[in-house]
Amino acid sequence: MSTSMNRRDFIKIAGVGAGSLAFATPLFDFSTGEILAPDTVPGMYAKRTPTYCEICFWKCAGWVHTNEEGKIWKVTGHEDDPHSNGRLCPRGTGGVGMYNDEDRLKTPLIRTEVNGVQTFREASWDEAFTYIADKLKIVAEEHGPECTALFSHGSGGHYLGDLLNAFGSNSITAPSYAQCRGPREVGFFATYGEGVGSPERVDIRDTRCLVLIGSHFGENMHNGPVQEISQATAKGASIITVDPRFSTVASKSKFWLPIKPATDMALLLAWMHVIINENLYDKEYVEKYTYGFDDLKAHVATHTPEWAYGLTTIKPETIRETAREMANASPRVIIHPGRHVTWYGDDTQRLRAVAMLNALLGSWGRRGGFYNPEKVSFKTYPHPHFPTPKRTWKDAHPGKFKLASLALASGICDATIPTSERDCSFKAWIVNGTNLIHTLPNQANTLKAIQALDLLVVIDTMPMEITGYADVILPECTYLERYDDIRVSAHREPTLALRMPAAEPKYNTKPAWWIAKNLAEKMGLGAFFPWKDIEEKLDWELKQVGSSLEEMQRIGVKKMKRSYDDLYPMENLEDFEFNTNTGKIELYSTAMADEGYDPLPKYKAHEEPPSGYYRLIYGRAPMHTFSRTANNPNLTDLMDENSVWVNPKIAKEWGLKNDQYLWLENQDGVVSKTPIKVRITERIRFDSVYMVHGFGHTNKKLTRAFGRGASDADLITRVHIDPEMGGTGMRGNFVTFRFEAGEEVSS
Amino acid sequence: MRYAMAVDTLKCVGCSDCVVACQTENNVPIGHCRDWIVEKTTGTYPKLQLEIRSERCNHCANAPCVRTCPTEASHYAQGGIVLVEESECIGCKACITSCPYDARFIHPEGYVDKCTFCIHRVEKGQEPACVAVCPTHCMTFGDLDDPNSEISRAMATRKWKSLIPEAGTDPKVFYLI
Repeated sequence: MSTSMNRRDFIKIAGVGAGSLAFATPLFDFSTGEILAPDTVPGMYAKRTPTYCEICFWKCAGWVHTNEEGKIWKVTGHEDDPHSNGRLCPRGTGGVGMYNDEDRLKTPLIRTEVNGVQTFREASWDEAFTYIADKLKIVAEEHGPECTALFSHGSGGHYLGDLLNAFGSNSITAPSYAQCRGPREVGFFATYGEGVGSPERVDIRDTRCLVLIGSHFGENMHNGPVQEISQATAKGASIITVDPRFSTVASKSKFWLPIKPATDMALLLAWMHVIINENLYDKEYVEKYTYGFDDLKAHVATHTPEWAYGLTTIKPETIRETAREMANASPRVIIHPGRHVTWYGDDTQRLRAVAMLNALLGSWGRRGGFYNPEKVSFKTYPHPHFPTPKRTWKDAHPGKFKLASLALASGICDATIPTSERDCSFKAWIVNGTNLIHTLPNQANTLKAIQALDLLVVIDTMPMEITGYADVILPECTYLERYDDIRVSAHREPTLALRMPAAEPKYNTKPAWWIAKNLAEKMGLGAFFPWKDIEEKLDWELKQVGSSLEEMQRIGVKKMKRSYDDLYPMENLEDFEFNTNTGKIELYSTAMADEGYDPLPKYKAHEEPPSGYYRLIYGRAPMHTFSRTANNPNLTDLMDENSVWVNPKIAKEWGLKNDQYLWLENQDGVVSKTPIKVRITERIRFDSVYMVHGFGHTNKKLTRAFGRGASDADLITRVHIDPEMGGTGMRGNFVTFRFEAGEEVSS
Repeated sequence: MRYAMAVDTLKCVGCSDCVVACQTENNVPIGHCRDWIVEKTTGTYPKLQLEIRSERCNHCANAPCVRTCPTEASHYAQGGIVLVEESECIGCKACITSCPYDARFIHPEGYVDKCTFCIHRVEKGQEPACVAVCPTHCMTFGDLDDPNSEISRAMATRKWKSLIPEAGTDPKVFYLI
């Protein structure tokens, strides 16, 4: 490694103009897709091609409509798709903005140094691949190939994952686990021997009572549940929302419980206390299917609503009334497991409590509760066996996070910073479609890890902050310009969905499958990608399940029949053996006990904000997905900055005015890099402030997003690690208001 | 035939899908919109109410924009839909100032633009783009003269309101409350 590369300066991507670049050779045959009748709007002759959305990970299937010039016009939902039911959310509808964004990455770039200043130079794909292959060869020789990690959040991850496995590393991670839904999967697995999965197996459509704890559907625009909540409430279902903020869905709820943040466990234990002590639980179900009921009964004996009142600020009669509301609806009740659940570090235990409450009410495996999803048994194109890595991601943290079933993005980041205890640190990262600067908590730690790398390759469509730290940037084309793997998702009915290009890739961009295959060939690993092109691969795979690429190009979505009539396997108390040690639903978790963790969830007091500070709560806006949509022209048109929600009493104390800009400073003295607008609203508690995640971009190349709003990720410097599975609890940060900027930040 | 739209405020979550669907369907330039979201919070913590509305041109039966237009560019089309004939519009903005709903804007090409109830889709038997996209199914479009239409039934069975009724514009967008 040359000395000039020791310091990895953030580079504001320059000279990326594509004016001089030749456009990519067409990779695709555009003759397929359905030709529609002429539209009555003059000049709009439409053709449509199937896709599934990549703006969030609900992956709704849809149609991309192009006009007679072949220009992409609009994207609409696919009527046969259970994820979208023919209706996309605003982000999917605005997906065309991702394609049209003129700030996109346009050609491969390689970090270089000119007169002592680090900069990027344009490169051909071949040069970029040669550079990466050479660097990885050195990493493999000096440290072993297993010191390479892939961070991926997107469809391209399948191909890049194959590349990494072929190279000899299985450290493949997505921030969607340790930064998001991991504790939920572990908590439910410990209870039912199965996780919740995505899309969540919740039967909202037919429920009579939906309990949401911190989930803010309608603002979190996961399409399926938003649609089904509307359907269910129209049929008379009630909603109980537990949230320190009067969220959109709180406004649609029969009960809004404005809980004091960080006390949810107390409420869950008190609910179980009421349901057991008032004999409201499903006795037959509990007797037939569960293990450890008496332990649980004893465990929650003292957790009365009066006990919980002092912690949660929720009145005892409200706790009782809502418990009875759930029990009245039982078994057609859902205590929703949520999705982003990495809050306070005891999240696996909290999600255990959610799972157990559902078990008491008999909702798992029942109509209106949790259904049994099925997906098509799908065989991928055969390739040679991957080599067995000498070390795996688990070896980076010996003896810790024993229940983690997937690699931890934060764990790999931590294991990149060399320490004396660890004999091997990660030396190379490939980052695809995830802006780790905003995604991982504790930015200083992430930057320290990046500085320790020998190679950082970023594959993305946009110049996100992470690209500024890359050694090589590979511009991926958008989902509207490429094929990806067949979407094989679990739902009430198994379905397949195809994504195919609706237009040629703009600029000198390429799809991930092409990048992975060509880089593999450069690295001498071409045998692991034995197909000629993606069409051959997809056609072979589809033919194994009785379809074909030609059929999928026409229909987009193929619904299959379920293998068994077991959508609700416990509806009539049918015999069932759960995948747990006892074969039962474990109210008392033997797996937790075996590993030395609490077998029954306990309430733990969490730190409270110091005087003059407020708990930082963050969430979603319906028109944005994390930071990845922040520059989309259609979506920034709907919302181009976030604001900080402040209760009027607090605003008065500080003399704040609506729409004034200020900076937020956290308990560690870290100040937001950019100012944020104040929104004074009754919709937030006095001990908390709220902001939407994904704003406060510092890369000037994101011309619409640069400097707009502030980043919550800047302020999340204190992380509470989940001991069971390594999740990063991020809701234990407190902020105060500051009326001038912090010190200049170099990036 | 009297076309109208009903927006169910109990279902609407204010996601703005209707806004972006309209923008792509009708090639509305970035920076402009033919429909938009209004959120109104009332009460004090913790006793709060929130009303969310997807708003647009009200296609008034007694439309001030049509009356003030000096060139008859603003006119009633089939089913009472209020339209602007681009080629007749001189961009004088009289209609913009007369509209109590602030539903119109000057298109960068110089003419006045606004919601058309997606007449090009309605003519083909399709719903307006905003109605067709809404994930919560909060919007209903149809003919008030047909007592069996979905909108007539919604208006007959639900409590509803229209915006600024005192302006006497006889709006044809209704809000189910």
